Amino acid sequence: MKIVVCAKYALDPGEIRIDPSGKPMLDRVPRKISDIDKNAMEAAINLKEKHGGTIQVVAFGPESARDGLKELLAMGADEAYLVVDPSDGRLDTMATAEALAAAIQKLGGFDLILCGEATIDGYAGQVGPRLAEKLGVPQVTYARSLTVEDGSLIAERDLEDAYEKVKVPLPALVSVTREINTPRIPTLMAILKASKKPFTLWKLEDVGLSREQLEQLSGIELVDMQGFAVERKRVVIKDKPVEEAVEELVSYLFKEKVLGA
Amino acid sequence: MAGEAKTILAYSENPDTLFELLSEARELAGKIQGEAAAVLLGEKVEANLEELGAYGASKVYIVENPQLKGFQVEAYTDALYGVAEQVKPELILIGATKRGKELAPRLAQRLKTGCVAECVGFEVADGEIQMKRIVYAGKVSSLQKVKGKPAVATVPPRLFEKRKAEGKAEAVSLQVEVKAPKAEILEVKPKEVSGVRIEEAEVVVCGGRGIKSKEDFKLLGELAEILGGQVGCSRPIAADRGWFTEWVGLSGKKVKPTLYFAVGVSGAIQHVAGIRGSKIVVAINKDPEAPIFADADYGIVGDLYKVLPALIESLKKHLKKG
Ligand SMILES: Cc1cc2nc3c(=O)[nH]c(=O)nc-3n(C[C@H](O)[C@H](O)[C@H](O)COP(=O)(O)OP(=O)(O)OC[C@H]3O[C@@H](n4cnc5c(N)ncnc54)[C@H](O)[C@@H]3O)c2cc1C
Ligand SMILES: Nc1ncnc2c1ncn2[C@@H]1O[C@H](COP(=O)(O)O)[C@@H](O)[C@H]1O
Repeated sequence: MKIVVCAKYALDPGEIRIDPSGKPMLDRVPRKISDIDKNAMEAAINLKEKHGGTIQVVAFGPESARDGLKELLAMGADEAYLVVDPSDGRLDTMATAEALAAAIQKLGGFDLILCGEATIDGYAGQVGPRLAEKLGVPQVTYARSLTVEDGSLIAERDLEDAYEKVKVPLPALVSVTREINTPRIPTLMAILKASKKPFTLWKLEDVGLSREQLEQLSGIELVDMQGFAVERKRVVIKDKPVEEAVEELVSYLFKEKVLGA
Repeated sequence: MAGEAKTILAYSENPDTLFELLSEARELAGKIQGEAAAVLLGEKVEANLEELGAYGASKVYIVENPQLKGFQVEAYTDALYGVAEQVKPELILIGATKRGKELAPRLAQRLKTGCVAECVGFEVADGEIQMKRIVYAGKVSSLQKVKGKPAVATVPPRLFEKRKAEGKAEAVSLQVEVKAPKAEILEVKPKEVSGVRIEEAEVVVCGGRGIKSKEDFKLLGELAEILGGQVGCSRPIAADRGWFTEWVGLSGKKVKPTLYFAVGVSGAIQHVAGIRGSKIVVAINKDPEAPIFADADYGIVGDLYKVLPALIESLKKHLKKG
């Protein structure tokens, strides 16, 4: 089976600071592979273990994404492909899907594309469905379990009011939830081996696109950004007998007038 | 078919969400000299024109097609795309249920347009609609504009109130091409959904993985009851363990109580994203290093199984009349 995993080297939102004027400081924010994309990777490995085949990881992002993709190679991907985003992350999900689709087409066919439910930074949940539409394949979102049999995929979807079991013919695109599995942590041995696995860096031109083309395709324009710095009082009661600690808390809450209105 | 007026189309498979979207669409339409319209899709559709009109729809576009039996995203994309092609709306609002959230981007891709996910507010500047959404796990509010037409946006359920007013809706039946979807729904297992509107609760007592069994949530229930509040949970408690259907956080409910208790919750940024509107946050956690203490006003470092019973006792004493 030919599996493609789409993984974003995303900004770690926990590391974003807000400057005194209320603007988020987005330069030099550390990045990591978006959490749920590791669940997608783990799901790919489980399928490969059962059915054989290859796992190719594809990312659209900054050159530094190489570091994140190494981690996925160490987990068990066979090859990684990075299409370098020249825009510093300003393109929307439509442009991202376009770049990923071009890369996936260059790789030849696929049986299954795996994505995460949504990314940790943008949290759009759009790239998967857009990619499925662009490539003309069915999509299954919010999958919390997956099996493949006789060219079809059966997944259980986690919707807010129901679990829905669906069957789709391959090729298809699936986006997984965080609950589908627990991503493995690569061993040191696997990390060392990963440095020898094929890693390919493509410019947009290598996949038949240009920066101008993508910027035109990008459907969203940013008007303004405003950070919320929610300042909490951070009073921590510790090393006290429980009854004493609780009385102290209750008196604070009375002072705040949030009790017994 | 397009008519002169600019149209804001609203669609949700959930009737309440559709009413909320319509109410908001009517208000927004007023600012761009346009009108709000609803879309109803299904194998057979029964349109309550009076109700839809009262909530804001001037027109109700109806597509009836055998392929629209059960929500299949491919078929629903075909249908909405067909409606958009004929109506040529300015903006398409789709309820951000999970079904809506997978429909909107597929539709937007086919329309070759931008889609703002989980939009929490609209502004009109120079006759153009701008949309606000929260990014970076709740830390940043971003004002965005869709460059092309139509714009697509998803809107969280229960964000806007449904508001009735004078208004009449006219039904318009549309013929659109809907192909047979490749996917097949094998089984639907409904979840037991509680009717609690946690986003409106004044007090929320939220439990995380520090709580060992479903049974133990009774302790949280007792605290919530004394304070006239509701019980909530973190995502793993609902999505992994299945003890509840809804959770609080980035991918769940956003709450804004006066008083929020995080009990045995570590305080991951995605959890905190759902509680930023709380006035006072109280954390109870046995780990002094738990990140939740940095996002709390008051915290007790201790075992929740000791702290909660003592807190319940104390509150019972203090809150007694007199
Ligand atoms: C894209 C994305 C979206 C997400 N959306 C959400 C969301 O909407 N909501 C959400 O909640 N999570 C969400 N998550 C998951 C989130 O990152 C955390 O994994 C999750 O919030 C952790 O839940 P928890 O705090 O209950 O569990 P844990 O992190 O395991 O924390 C349990 C805590 O309980 C404490 N504890 C244990 N025993 C006791 C005891 N006896 N007494 C006192 N304290 C005790 C521990 O010290 C620990 O701090 C999301 C993740 C991603 C990647
Ligand atoms: N830049 C990217 N490179 C590779 N995959 C991506 C990228 N952006 C999004 N994805 C994939 O699409 C999913 C949803 O992303 P989003 O629509 O940004 O929330 C992610 O979990 C990834 O699987």
